[in-house]
Amino acid sequence: MSEQLPAILLVAPLFGALLIGVASPGDPRRAFPIVLLSLSISLAATVALLTKVVSSGPVDYFLGGWAEPLGIGIQLRVDGINALILVFIALIGLLTAIFSYRGPDDGEPTDKAPLFYILYLLLCVGLLGITITGDAFNVFVLVEIASLTSYGLVAMGSSPRGTLAAFNYIIMGTIGASFYLLGVGYLYMRTGALNMAQIHSLIALPEVAASQTILVAFLLILVGVWIKMAFFPLYGWLPNAYTYCPSGASGILAPLVTKVSVYVMIRVMLSVFGAGWVFQSAGWSQTVVWLAVIAILAGSFIALAQVELKKMLSYLIVAEVGYMVGGAWLANHWGMVGAIYHILADAAMTLCLFLAANIFVKHAGGGRIDRLEGLFRRMPVVAGAFVVGALSMIGVPPTGGFFSKWYLIRGGIEAGQWPFVAALILSSLVNAVLFFRIFEVAHFGRKPADGHHHHPPHADGEPSPEQQGTIGETTGSDRKPRLTAVAPLVAAAALVLLVGIFSGPIVEIIRGALQGMPHVGAAAPLIGR
Amino acid sequence: MPTVIHSSLPLWACLASLLAAPVIVLFGREPTLREATTFAAGLLKFGLVLAMLPWVLDGRTVEYTLIEGIGGIHAPIRFRVDGLGMLFALVASSLWIVTSLYAVGYMRGLHEHSQTRFFAFFAISLSATLGVAFAGNLLTLYLFYEMLSLSTWPLVTHHQDKEARSGGRTYLAYLVGTSIGFALPALIYTWVKTGGEISFGPEGILASTDIGPAQGMILLLAFVFGFSKAGLMPFHSWLPAAMVAPTPVSALLHAVAVVKVGVFCVIRVFTGVFGVDLLSRLGVATVISWIAGFTVLASSLIAMSQDNLKRRLAFSTIGQLAYIVLGVSLLSGHAVQGSMMHIAMHAFGKITLFFCAGAIFVATGRKYVSQLDGLGRRMPVTMAAFAIGALSVTGLPPTGGLLSKFYLVWGAAEAHQPALLAVYLISSVLNGVYFFPIIHRAFFRPPIDAGEDTPGTGCCAGEAPLACVVPLSITAVASVLLFFFPGLLYDLSALMTGGK
Amino acid sequence: MDLLNQYLIPHFNYWAYVILMMIGMHAMIVKNNLIKKLIGMSIFQTAIILFYVSIGVKEGADIPVLHHHAPEVAESHTPAADPHHAVDPDHYANPLPHVLMLTAIVVGVSTLGMALAISQSIYKDFDTLEENEILAKIKQGGPGIDV
Repeated sequence: MSEQLPAILLVAPLFGALLIGVASPGDPRRAFPIVLLSLSISLAATVALLTKVVSSGPVDYFLGGWAEPLGIGIQLRVDGINALILVFIALIGLLTAIFSYRGPDDGEPTDKAPLFYILYLLLCVGLLGITITGDAFNVFVLVEIASLTSYGLVAMGSSPRGTLAAFNYIIMGTIGASFYLLGVGYLYMRTGALNMAQIHSLIALPEVAASQTILVAFLLILVGVWIKMAFFPLYGWLPNAYTYCPSGASGILAPLVTKVSVYVMIRVMLSVFGAGWVFQSAGWSQTVVWLAVIAILAGSFIALAQVELKKMLSYLIVAEVGYMVGGAWLANHWGMVGAIYHILADAAMTLCLFLAANIFVKHAGGGRIDRLEGLFRRMPVVAGAFVVGALSMIGVPPTGGFFSKWYLIRGGIEAGQWPFVAALILSSLVNAVLFFRIFEVAHFGRKPADGHHHHPPHADGEPSPEQQGTIGETTGSDRKPRLTAVAPLVAAAALVLLVGIFSGPIVEIIRGALQGMPHVGAAAPLIGR
Repeated sequence: MPTVIHSSLPLWACLASLLAAPVIVLFGREPTLREATTFAAGLLKFGLVLAMLPWVLDGRTVEYTLIEGIGGIHAPIRFRVDGLGMLFALVASSLWIVTSLYAVGYMRGLHEHSQTRFFAFFAISLSATLGVAFAGNLLTLYLFYEMLSLSTWPLVTHHQDKEARSGGRTYLAYLVGTSIGFALPALIYTWVKTGGEISFGPEGILASTDIGPAQGMILLLAFVFGFSKAGLMPFHSWLPAAMVAPTPVSALLHAVAVVKVGVFCVIRVFTGVFGVDLLSRLGVATVISWIAGFTVLASSLIAMSQDNLKRRLAFSTIGQLAYIVLGVSLLSGHAVQGSMMHIAMHAFGKITLFFCAGAIFVATGRKYVSQLDGLGRRMPVTMAAFAIGALSVTGLPPTGGLLSKFYLVWGAAEAHQPALLAVYLISSVLNGVYFFPIIHRAFFRPPIDAGEDTPGTGCCAGEAPLACVVPLSITAVASVLLFFFPGLLYDLSALMTGGK
Repeated sequence: MDLLNQYLIPHFNYWAYVILMMIGMHAMIVKNNLIKKLIGMSIFQTAIILFYVSIGVKEGADIPVLHHHAPEVAESHTPAADPHHAVDPDHYANPLPHVLMLTAIVVGVSTLGMALAISQSIYKDFDTLEENEILAKIKQGGPGIDV
């Protein structure tokens, strides 16, 4: 049983999706338990896999028992890094599934709900698959599975702008995937292999490493994944797609899709081309870090200009992608650790912020920031969770965001990449401005009370909730957010804190996986003190 | 006898008020229970701090590591209680109890809104303050420093009006901006420089590194400006802006907790991060001395021109904080000791002054110095306490302020800095110039027409409610007592400088 | 390795696929009509398929199926080997690129299907498929379109 874990975690949601299609077309009440069950199985499998990897090293699995080098087997490979990411994907998938208990738009159950769940589960399959597979071509197929389902999810909302955003997403997404495919083609041309480990061992040969074909392949793959991860300036598809898609979809797309693409980049750098080749033969480290600096600054400052909450958060994702790309390209140990750790931390905090934003949009009248008055009083739990996510974005300890910045900045200092360090700090400051602007609106209300002791005395001086409620009376629906929406949000906030508090063990796992790699492996032996 | 005691007491002392916050929220509809919780937490906290006092006085330190090795590399969340931390924790936790009493009187007297939120965040800020006091390494220090900035923001903006909004904005912009912009990079740079070691010890963290004067200069400036709660010019503007807060907040947080956390951090940077020896070798502390000296004089001059009583007190605070920073930067044993003692002396003096300002506001609705004519006859206790507070801040007998100022001046002489010595003396005169007219007005001028007063309901024609008057009397008496019995403060501060 | 070296020699097929790809990309980015964009997308994807197929081509090679009873191929080229059991890869076209492209074609078809469905939905919402008109309508705002 335990050796089948890598397959189980993929098969569970895949069969879940099929089962919904077969068993309960049109009945959301029957579809939801299937989603829950299959993702729970997946989560359990990933957790089991993580413990296995931590205790006894990387796990290899050949689908159907077709071991290499026949050239037709598909390998799944789990090391410390992607085991962690798999856990996060399954966990976030589960949390957002609970959040979208009522179907895509968090409204009354419609006949769209089962379709939504099918796409949702397939998206999970795609994301888990991208992360776990050890085959370069297989990555393309799974990326496309994830993308096709994302297009569908984005287009599923009631907003016409969402549909248009989905169209643009298709165009950009296809270009990205095609570039990746082309790059894999060049790799195959030179090495005759598709298995990542095989390609890696071939690129280690000097005559292959020097080949122009390999360089072209790397460039094409890089551009492809950059489009998929919305690396500045290739981010055009992202903001509208994440802003106008249904709430259930944004809850899984925003935290995971870009992050998984970043992981693909890191995977390609480390396991396909090898850190030694990437940082020596290609030698674009400096250039890419500069691009990352631009991405961070551009993302942050464009976010500053937004009036819509979800759009602002979307641009912050663009900035965060810059963090990770920059960190990965610092070409040293701490930069890479920071980048990988930030994949996890950023996934957690983006989940937290987007879930909260979705609740705000639904219950506080539209997504504009200036309509969020009096939120702290009207929904303290939701607003509190939002604050946790926001503090993580700003980088306040002990949230995850603080520690990722901590490692990234350390990497930047050790690499002597001062612009990157400066950009990280500046982006923290911009985030602080962004979120405190929201806190202020949420704390004060639109029409500020003009004097503190002019409030009519009420009981012990506390204005009744009804009085306060009138301040923000622009809402579409004033009823309280449901428990199924608040509980995942609280769990997400807890996750943000846990990622931070347990950053020690997490980073140890990452460092263990990087051990022995050129450039990004620890220079000194792992120290415990 | 072990010199290091491992105990979780620092953690619990820190958590006492943090855990009280949810209880306070729970009792939101029962004001009596809610405030009883505040007092209980305050007493518990004070008790826990006191429990550690004998150990510290024995020259031992209390250490506790909460989370070992965040990041696996010498950066755990760690508590460490030494003389300086103990001194600060004692001041903060004892004054919290007094302030809570005062806050009850003040908030009820004015029928403030959202009192539950007020008390809850007050409790959280106190946790952060003790966290800073007991922080055993730079990371922990930074963590609680940020927590304090954020948890005091709802208190500063309590009135939720336009003025509070802009005040709160300035407050956060300065505090968070400088801490992320300067302190965090400096912290990470230190971490990289030492190869992962950021725990405070008897020697400075950087003492064994090959840091040069230029790097040291930049790093020191980044730390000192990064911890802008210390109010050093040009990053002082948040303090006057924060005066929009209700008076109990101004009193405890902006005369004691927040600002003292700032200077506390600066002292830690001087003694714990760099170490006095390294600083005197690099010769970079003089720059800080001059910045602090300038701040002392400039803020005193600005204070003279302020008509709003709380703003005048705020600028006075900026000056007094710069005293402390100046004292540390002189690097002489007596000056450093004087700085530490001044944290306590100034805390008691300044909190008395703020309490008085608040009591006047509750009783009469007056905010401006020019309105205080003849008030001494109507509120004799309050104005007498004000006089004592002013004496202490100015540094005149029979108040504790004299002793700490004496050590500071002694230290300046010891460091052969006649110009900086003059700064202390001139500024003391200036302190007198901006405080004594107030006392003179209150006692020797005829009362002005009280018809325009807008006292809080439930106030009589005389003094403010008892809950306001009692605390300010306590702190005023304490200021005097500290003159006669400074032994404890002296011992604690001597622990930190004894070796030098 | 010989096989690989052969692949390294530049061929016209690369030029063909690059030109096709650029035509496709141009249409995807520049064209105003959404359907034309999709046509561009198809050309773009097909160009890549062409590229893969062309790198798998080998003149005079056989299909990669074991012929237990096809002596003429085996005997004429490999006199030394046992015609019934040995497999000499030189004589077979590499099947893998073609197989991969079957997957890519499937992916392409699904993408196109999804895109067409979404275009339909866009047409329902905006009554047009011209991008500039859609953007203008969004700018004006209208029923169901939040600006």
